[in-house]
Amino acid sequence: MKMKHQRYRLKIPSITENLHLIRDFIIKIAEKAGFDEQNREQIALAVDEACTNVIKHAHKYDSRRLIDILINLDPQKMQITITDKGTGFDISKVKDPDLQKYVRESRHGGLGIYLIKTLMDDVKYEFNPGIRNQVQLTKYIRA
Amino acid sequence: MENFEVIREDRKDISILRLKGFLDAHTAPQFEQAIQDLMGEKRFKIIVSMSSLNYISSAGLGVFMGFIEEIRENDGDIKLSNMSDKVFKVFDLLGFPALYQIYREETEAEAKYNQK
Repeated sequence: MKMKHQRYRLKIPSITENLHLIRDFIIKIAEKAGFDEQNREQIALAVDEACTNVIKHAHKYDSRRLIDILINLDPQKMQITITDKGTGFDISKVKDPDLQKYVRESRHGGLGIYLIKTLMDDVKYEFNPGIRNQVQLTKYIRA
Repeated sequence: MENFEVIREDRKDISILRLKGFLDAHTAPQFEQAIQDLMGEKRFKIIVSMSSLNYISSAGLGVFMGFIEEIRENDGDIKLSNMSDKVFKVFDLLGFPALYQIYREETEAEAKYNQK
């Protein structure tokens, strides 16, 4: 049976406690899309990183805010769009990490964006602080 | 729901932290606290053993980065061991093997400390 276009949506309070639920949700849908275990886990990790950024930077740990995760599934790809209305930061300006420098500076962060870019096939951003920030992650389904 | 645990074992001047479960932005502070506790006790020879670690995100990796400089300045280290292939891949993607010693077994990491 050929898979038609399907849409899934999760709107969930912006708290780190929910990252586990978000990953489980993503893994279930990636499984439905036919991704193998390694790809399912890569997608879940990329979405975890994107949602962690929203919780920390866009919503600044305000648990009253919501993260909006929309998934579009078609026979070619799984596309995940994560939207927030927070302050956010312009992801397109984030440089690739220099691990040695981070270690010297005792930095705790700065790796997430690089992981997202590495794990997904395509990453697009829209940055409108306070109005709507969006990150769109795409993974293609290979036969 | 608790889905992460750090179990500590001290063997002479070496401390082993065994990580269990899912290490993400929610649980990373717990791991961070365990490292800070060791540093507070001036125990700088650390092995982080990960045979029961199912998942790690960059928030967990950040804990390794955040303290390693100070630990090495105190003649210590964080040596890593018993990673599953899945967890190793995440470390590898970010270039950690160039900066951290990674061993198959805790005993190999322990032997390395004892060589000095």
